[in-house]
Amino acid sequence: MPESISRKEVKHVASLAKLALSDEEELMYTDQLAAILDHARDIMALDTAKFAPTAHPLELNNVFRSDVEKASLDRDEVLSQAPASQDGRFVVPRILGEAP
Amino acid sequence: MVEDSLSSNAEFLSGWEMVVGLEVHCELKTRTKLFCGCMNAFGQEPNTSICPVCLGLPGSLPVINEHAVELAIRIGLALNCRVDESIFHRKNYFYPDMPKDYQISQYEKAINENGYLELPLSKKRVRIERAHIEEDTGKTTHVGGDGGRIHGAVHSLVDYNRAGIPLVEIVSAPDLRSAEEAREYVSELRSILVASGASDGKMEEGSLRVDANVSVRRSGSREFGTRCEIKNLNSLRSLGRAIAYEAERQVELIESGQVVVQQTRHWNEDQGVTTAMRSKEEAYDYRYFPEPDLVPLCPSKEWVSEIGSRIGLLPADRRKRLTSLFEGVESGSTFDQIVTVVGLGLDELVVGAVEGGADPRLALARAANEVAANMVNQANLSVEAFGELIKMESAGQLSATQAKTVLGKMLESGYRPQEVAASLGFEALDTAVLEALIDQVISTSPKEWERFSSGEDQLTGFFVGQVMKLSKGRADGKVVTAALHSRRA
Repeated sequence: MPESISRKEVKHVASLAKLALSDEEELMYTDQLAAILDHARDIMALDTAKFAPTAHPLELNNVFRSDVEKASLDRDEVLSQAPASQDGRFVVPRILGEAP
Repeated sequence: MVEDSLSSNAEFLSGWEMVVGLEVHCELKTRTKLFCGCMNAFGQEPNTSICPVCLGLPGSLPVINEHAVELAIRIGLALNCRVDESIFHRKNYFYPDMPKDYQISQYEKAINENGYLELPLSKKRVRIERAHIEEDTGKTTHVGGDGGRIHGAVHSLVDYNRAGIPLVEIVSAPDLRSAEEAREYVSELRSILVASGASDGKMEEGSLRVDANVSVRRSGSREFGTRCEIKNLNSLRSLGRAIAYEAERQVELIESGQVVVQQTRHWNEDQGVTTAMRSKEEAYDYRYFPEPDLVPLCPSKEWVSEIGSRIGLLPADRRKRLTSLFEGVESGSTFDQIVTVVGLGLDELVVGAVEGGADPRLALARAANEVAANMVNQANLSVEAFGELIKMESAGQLSATQAKTVLGKMLESGYRPQEVAASLGFEALDTAVLEALIDQVISTSPKEWERFSSGEDQLTGFFVGQVMKLSKGRADGKVVTAALHSRRA
C-alpha cells in the first residue's frame, strides 16, 4: 500500500500555511497525518450508497440573523492591539504578489 | 497597439475568433455585512465598520444575513437560474486583505446555477454557469514606491470596512465573441441587478467589478485556446478596451510562433495594455473545505416564489412596456433609444410622462438624448415636470431648440418648465405676431413666394428659415410650416 501522504506533500501544506517546520516536526506530522488519512481510507471502504451526503453534522439549516445593524468596535482600541497602524489603518509588511 | 479602436479590432482578428467569459462581482444592497451586524456602506472612515467577526478574531462565529440570501435569490431568479440547496466553503489563502486567512464562499454547491441572460441588441442568449454568495475582502493600499502600486512599496495599509460585505459572483459561460458583446452583457446585467433591487450597480464605487477570461482561436475551430484572466476593469470602457487589446496580443503571439501562457493579467488604463501580474505563487492551492461554522442553506419553494413575487419589473419587461407604446419597433433607432432608456433606468420617466398625456416618441427621444447626457442631475427631474415640458414642445409653445435648453436648465435646477421658459424669455409667439412675421418675409421675397404658392414645396425650408431668423429662434418650425401652408391654400 502506498504511503497515504508523502513528506513532500507535508512540506507543501506547511508552506501554504506559512509554517516553518523542523526536520523532526516534518517527520512527526507526516506520521500523524498519515494515521488520520488511513482512518479516512477505512471509512471510505464502507458501502455508503444508501446514505445521502452530509454537509454538516448538525441537522440544522437556514440559521439566519436579520439585517439589523450592531455597534462596531472602537477603532483606536482595535488598532492599539495591532503591531503597527497608520492613518486609521493596519500596517502590514510589503506585499510581494497581488491578491489571489 | 490598440488605442480605442474596437472597429479595427474586428479587421485585425479576421480569421480569428475571440472567446470571452466574464466573472462579475456584485456587492449586495444590504444594511449590514454578510456574517455580522457591521454597517455595509461605501466611503466611511477606514476601519470604523469592523467587529470580531469581520476581523477574524478567535472565538467569533459567522451568522448569515437573511436579507443577503434573499437578494442572492432575486439575482438567481432574474437570471433564470435554478435556485437550490447550497453550502459554504472556506477558500484558504494567505494575504492580509482577509484577516481569517480564508474567504467564505460557495464552491461545489452554489445557491444559483444554470441560468441565462438575453442580450437586447445582439439578441444573443448568454449562459450563466452560477451566481454564488461570498464575502468581500478588505482594501489594501500600498505605501511608498510610485503611485501606490505594489512595485517598490515599502509597506501596505489595510482597511477592513469592506471585509465581509455580501457579494454575489456571477459567472458566465464562455459565450461572448466580441468586446461589444461583453460590454452589452455587463450593461444588461447591471440593469437587471439594479431593477431587482439587489445592488446599486455603481462600477465607479466598486459595487460591480468585472474580471474577463479571454482566449482566441482560429475561426471555425471548436477547441478553446489558452485563456488569460484580466483584472482591474473598472468601467465598461476599460472592459471593452482591455478585451480588444488582449485578443490582439494573443493573436500576435500565436501568429509569430509563440504560445499564450495561462496567467492573470492587470489592465493598465493609462497605457492601454495588459501586463502579467507579479506573483509569488502563480498556481494557487486554495484547499477548499466545507465551512464548519455555517449550516446549509435550504430555501423552501414557498420562500423562493415569495421572493420572486417581490422582484420588480426586469429590464426585458420594461423594454416590452415601452415598446408597446409604439408600433412595430423590435429594432431600429427607436428600439436603440428604448434600450438606452431602460439601461439608464429612465423608463419610469417616459412611461409616467406618456400616462400624463405626453407624446411617446418625443418623450422617449428627450429621455434617450438630453436626459441621458445629464445623468448626474437626473434626480432633479420629476415625472410631472418632464411630462409638462414634452407637452409644451408638442403644443408648439417651445421650439425643439428651446425645449432642449429648458430641459437642460430643469435638470440643473429642478425648476418647472414654465418657470424656466419664462426666465429665459421663451414665450410662445402670439399667432398675430407670427402672421406679421410671415407677411414681412413674403414682402421681401415675392418671387419665391409666388413659386412656393404655385406648389414648389422645396421652398418651405427657405421660408421657415427666414421666419425663424426674424423671430430670433422663438418660432416653432412645425407651427411656421403649418401657417405657411395654410396661407398658400
